[in-house]
Amino acid sequence: MEKFDVHTGRAVPLRASNVDTDQIIPAVYLKRVSRTGFEDGLFAEWRKSDPDFVLNRPEYEGASVLVTGPDFGTGSSREHAVWALQDYGFKTVLSSRFADIFRGNSLKGGLLTVLLPQEVIDRLWAAVEADPATEVTVDLVAREVRAPGADVREPFELDDYTRWRLLEGLDDIALTLRHTDEIGEFETTREPWKPVTL
Amino acid sequence: MARTMAEKVWEEHVVRRADGEPDLLYIDLHLVHEVTSPQAFEGLRLAGRGVRRPDLTIATEDHNVPTMDLLAPIADPVSRKQVETLRKNCSDFGVRLHPMGDIDQGVVHVVGPQLGLTQPGMTVVCGDSHTSTHGAFGALAFGIGTSQVEHVLATQTLPMQPFRTMAVTVNGTLRPGVSAKDIILAVIAKIGTGGGQGYVIEYRGEAIEALSMEARMTVCNMSIEAGARAGMIAPDQTTFDYVQGRPHAPQGADFDAAVEHWKSLRTDEGAEFDAEVVLDADELSPFVTWGTNPGQGVPLDAEVPDPASYEDPSARASAEKALKYMDLKAGTPMREVSVDTVFLGSCTNGRIEDLRAAAEIVRGRRVADGVRMLVVPGSMRVKEQANEEGLGQVFLDAGAEWREAGCSMCLGMNPDQLKPGERSASTSNRNFEGRQGRGGRTHLVSPQVAAATAVRGTLSSPADLDPQ
Repeated sequence: MEKFDVHTGRAVPLRASNVDTDQIIPAVYLKRVSRTGFEDGLFAEWRKSDPDFVLNRPEYEGASVLVTGPDFGTGSSREHAVWALQDYGFKTVLSSRFADIFRGNSLKGGLLTVLLPQEVIDRLWAAVEADPATEVTVDLVAREVRAPGADVREPFELDDYTRWRLLEGLDDIALTLRHTDEIGEFETTREPWKPVTL
Repeated sequence: MARTMAEKVWEEHVVRRADGEPDLLYIDLHLVHEVTSPQAFEGLRLAGRGVRRPDLTIATEDHNVPTMDLLAPIADPVSRKQVETLRKNCSDFGVRLHPMGDIDQGVVHVVGPQLGLTQPGMTVVCGDSHTSTHGAFGALAFGIGTSQVEHVLATQTLPMQPFRTMAVTVNGTLRPGVSAKDIILAVIAKIGTGGGQGYVIEYRGEAIEALSMEARMTVCNMSIEAGARAGMIAPDQTTFDYVQGRPHAPQGADFDAAVEHWKSLRTDEGAEFDAEVVLDADELSPFVTWGTNPGQGVPLDAEVPDPASYEDPSARASAEKALKYMDLKAGTPMREVSVDTVFLGSCTNGRIEDLRAAAEIVRGRRVADGVRMLVVPGSMRVKEQANEEGLGQVFLDAGAEWREAGCSMCLGMNPDQLKPGERSASTSNRNFEGRQGRGGRTHLVSPQVAAATAVRGTLSSPADLDPQ
């Protein structure tokens, strides 16, 4: 996993709430067995059907920070939603509320999801819409979002463990495998009547 | 200290607890399907890792599978490749697979309980958000992403952040014609799609205790639609009776020992929940959604709401957008909305009781002209049982299509899709834009409402039908 410490980039204002993962990437794009190339599926339907959709607007081309409404990532557990955002070029997503599974997936995969008060999201939207060149910095070291153009300097919360994992770019599996003995020990205490599949 | 059921099950599975780290939880059962697993198996290969416990893992093919012409190769080459990849992965890593054509093939959340693999007090995961279904047994069951699928395959554990607990108490008795689906749609409409965020919900109260196991699965299934991590129901005699005798259920003295333990899982008297919601079952009536998220629902007796009536600007904007997509006008009685398609099936409502409830209503009647009704059993076992009970013939006689098992039109990854502009009454779980096919419009309903709607062609409850 790529490390995340401080990222500065231009932002895309997505003024929508309840953006479910079926919108982030429709099911027809989930059929691939590879891990890359999901950018074509990102918001595919909205990009296709609405010429004014924010990702179709040239002024936001190359932006890497998605600023979105509450309840982003609801619905299906598809991690393809995270992959599609990353493959398209997003490094971080800012919202006042994320769905749990999406949040978990994003932080596993190195896409930093940042929780901010809706009032701050509103200010970022306004600033970015007024001037699409507005830069937003997401600083994981200081746990702070800064956007001087929007008069935003806002701390955000993220637990120490997840922050450390992202800063180091560490893979969860390798971390857990250091505790293989404890897993083995736990297995010896498992009730004998619990089912097995084989 | 008095504890909730969710806390007890969690505690029993903690492999490792350390300051400043998430708890490492042991996973008792890992369900696998073709869509969210290929990159996980590939990850194992790249790292030279194996599956730690193939004997706690089981796979089936469900999301992509066609529900007709099972013996022909899957026509869509990309779908075919995904299914073939699962077969190769299961063979390479020694995982039991129920492929198309197998009697135990079907929607993963129908297959697990049916085999008796889902039992109280277990931790169950799957790369699918509707894993919450298994919570109906008093299991802690939640959907995970592909990175976590790989993690469980490699270690049989997951590092998990702590959760909060919410009690959803449903008092009273459901009226005839009102089902588990109406309970959960009403809960979601009440607390919203983000209302359960961060919580494990425990459904309790008289009306929940009175539900059958299958109805309980319907309730827990849609916990994710309220944003919850999981939904649970305390195991009781209904649960024990359902599990007993299934292929993977404990037997003899083991079963007695298991039941003793399962009884201890109930939330202790005096345990505190972080949040509580109360509903009265007597006040519930058949529920339907009008919008593009599962929280946008109203009783069938109501009208399409006016976005202007929402105080919250984001809810208002969302309602306006939804009405435009759904091509509905505020104030239209829900009963006047006509549909092209009725879909009966999915992990929410594709079990035998759902088919019985719907068959009872269409028996001796005809699906309305211009309406197509798709009946897709949750598993091939369900199909077999339905045929034995004559239900398949009832559907065929009514003019419905009686298909093979799979996820089908719940998410349209196979050829079963709505066309742009088509409208469905669907017993599935999500009415998102394009969920059932590009441009398709979905109204979520119970099996009873689905069946009555098929007969009348407009959103209807069984009470609206002419007596026979």
